[in-house]
Amino acid sequence: MGMEFPLSRLEPGESAVVSRVETGGAMGRRLRDLGLIAGTAVTCLGRSPWGDPSAYGFRGAVVALRARDCAGVRCTRGAQP
Amino acid sequence: MSGRTAALAGNPNVGKSTVFNGLTGLRQHTGNWPGKTVAVARGRCASDRRTYELVDLPGTYALRARSAEEAVTRDALCFGRPDAAVVVCDGGCLERNLVLALQIFETGLPAVVCVNLLDEARRRGVRVDLEELSRCLGVPVVGTVARRKASLRQVPAALDALLDGSWDGEPLRPQYDPIVEAAAAHVAAALAPGLRGRLDGRWLALRLLEGDRPLLARAEEFLGWRFTGDGTVAAALAAARVQLAAAGMDGAALAEELSAVPVRTAQVIAARVVTRTAAPDRDARLDAVLTGRRTAFPVMLALLAAIFYLTAVGANGPSAWLSSMFEALGARLSAWLAGAPAAVRGALVDGVYRGLTAVIAVMLPPMAIFFPLFTLLEDAGYLPRVAYNLDKPLEKCRACGKQALTMMMGFGCNAAGVVGCRILDSPRERLLAMVTNGFVPCNGRFPTLIAAASLFLAGGAGTALALTAAVTLAVGATLAATALLARTVLRGTPSAYTLELPPYRRPQLGQTVVRSLLDRAVFVLGRAAAVAAPAGLVIWLLGQAEAGGVPLLQRCAAFLDPAGRLLGMDGTILLAFVLALPANELVLPLALMIYQAQGTLGGVGTTAALGEVLRANGWTAVTAVCVGLFTLFHWPCSTTLLTVRRESGSWRWAALAAALPTAFGAAACSLVAAAARLLG
Repeated sequence: MGMEFPLSRLEPGESAVVSRVETGGAMGRRLRDLGLIAGTAVTCLGRSPWGDPSAYGFRGAVVALRARDCAGVRCTRGAQP
Repeated sequence: MSGRTAALAGNPNVGKSTVFNGLTGLRQHTGNWPGKTVAVARGRCASDRRTYELVDLPGTYALRARSAEEAVTRDALCFGRPDAAVVVCDGGCLERNLVLALQIFETGLPAVVCVNLLDEARRRGVRVDLEELSRCLGVPVVGTVARRKASLRQVPAALDALLDGSWDGEPLRPQYDPIVEAAAAHVAAALAPGLRGRLDGRWLALRLLEGDRPLLARAEEFLGWRFTGDGTVAAALAAARVQLAAAGMDGAALAEELSAVPVRTAQVIAARVVTRTAAPDRDARLDAVLTGRRTAFPVMLALLAAIFYLTAVGANGPSAWLSSMFEALGARLSAWLAGAPAAVRGALVDGVYRGLTAVIAVMLPPMAIFFPLFTLLEDAGYLPRVAYNLDKPLEKCRACGKQALTMMMGFGCNAAGVVGCRILDSPRERLLAMVTNGFVPCNGRFPTLIAAASLFLAGGAGTALALTAAVTLAVGATLAATALLARTVLRGTPSAYTLELPPYRRPQLGQTVVRSLLDRAVFVLGRAAAVAAPAGLVIWLLGQAEAGGVPLLQRCAAFLDPAGRLLGMDGTILLAFVLALPANELVLPLALMIYQAQGTLGGVGTTAALGEVLRANGWTAVTAVCVGLFTLFHWPCSTTLLTVRRESGSWRWAALAAALPTAFGAAACSLVAAAARLLG
């Protein structure tokens, strides 16, 4: 499984699996409502021209998140196809 | 039997409005902005058995509302007593879309699932087994391709089946951990006597355990029963919490369980009904260009310039044609009224009629070109990319990235932009976006900008370039004003946000053009009648009334002249800006009218003819620049100000929305004028 790291560290083109979502409050709920929960496979699809936010693909959708908003989403490089 | 209501709900960007439009045709009332649900639109749709009143709700990801718009959807579904819900899902992104469907099933509302965008999903290599999906969910499922109307006929048919009792399936409700289910059942039993079936007991019990306060407050209002203060309910809730805590299922763990279970349930269902084959990823290549580090902003500017070029060049001919046609019609009208007293004839023809037609001639052609083009960009999925590209600068201004979207709407109509601010979650960021929306030039101001630019720049290309520069300046000023407010009266840190980047879509050319044309035409005509006609009358009266032998209008212009000169313009132009408060598009016709001292709104006709009149009245390049600047930055129209007042609940914000751009414009104009004087 390897070390846990924040989603914001995922580089464009890389994939990972969410291990837990530490983000609390309204943002945590919103991330979960979008389907970002433990076990979700995520791919970083790119960054905006200024380097932040980044686009992430998960559960068939593409969502842009700011680095500090998704720093609480912890990932591991799980077994990915 | 007739008169059943069905609420259309779904995630944003699932083509919900297209489904709504396809089902209701023209029997509907749409919001201000085509393609965006800013207010709840209603329309009628007939099945073989009855007529349904369809309500098009704002898109939402969950029933847990974050923004004012999402609250509209939550309240309409949970407390609006619709007979059924139509949950519109994107066939290409079914897994995520099913989460909302499952949350709606939980409320006990009968529902039909409409899997839309099937053609697009197929292109992306996604196939959905609709029959299996219906079996899994226990609700009627229809597959639609919104542009093929025939596929939409299944929606009212499915509603018929659902409401006539011929549907015998039981909607799937996500099953939580047995401990949570037991706790919910315990609370639901305590709620049952007070609910009397008006709300689903298990659903409300889960919301109580979750502690969704805004929703609970609305539920109490709906029921007329303060159940949170009820002794039996409170005791049951406390006991349930103890049980949950003993099992380690409290706080964050419970919140996680309640949101994760619908997501996992959706995942399991999607795995059963969705098959994917590899398809070329066109989106990734487009994104690499449209959001790329080097290409994003050049492409954005080029698209903007192209739109302005087409608008400026394309609108000239129709505008001239319309004004000559109105001129001829006006002469006929005048002749027809020959028997009437001169004052009546003057008031009707020179006042009301000319006010009305001046606005239509100036405003309709550019709107008829600009709006469809803009809607095409929106439908193609480009606007969210603009918000994505502009997020960082907006974050630096301590605002929300989605403000870029409301700014985009402002290019069409500032009032629509202000209403569009409902998509913003935080009240502080909503106010920032509302107050600064007037910095973005709306369509009513483009005719003046175009005229000012084309006066001293030859050709459509020069005009388009000047307009692009003007818009870039306006966007910069919006950011500056936002940053200023965010550091003074609206201090705070940016709230967290998520922005979905939907797949690029081939826009539906025909429907988009027709619909945005119709919407705009109706809007423009309505506004011309409601605002420009009475304004035309008032202006005519001001032109007629004399004080000391000089028409009042001229007196006012003379009075404002020193201030106008300071701003690099003159009293006439400034007076035109003041009188055009009801409708910005009146500025030029008004200025012409006062110049010509004819007491009626002057026809603009061709740009060349216009240029002659203006030059004869002392316009120079500096005048044109200052008029352009003041057009960009002055008080928004009265409709926009009233909208800010309504949306913010306070005149203070409306006053600020007027004062801030005016101060900015006055400063910019007087600087330019002073510089011009210095340089001779």
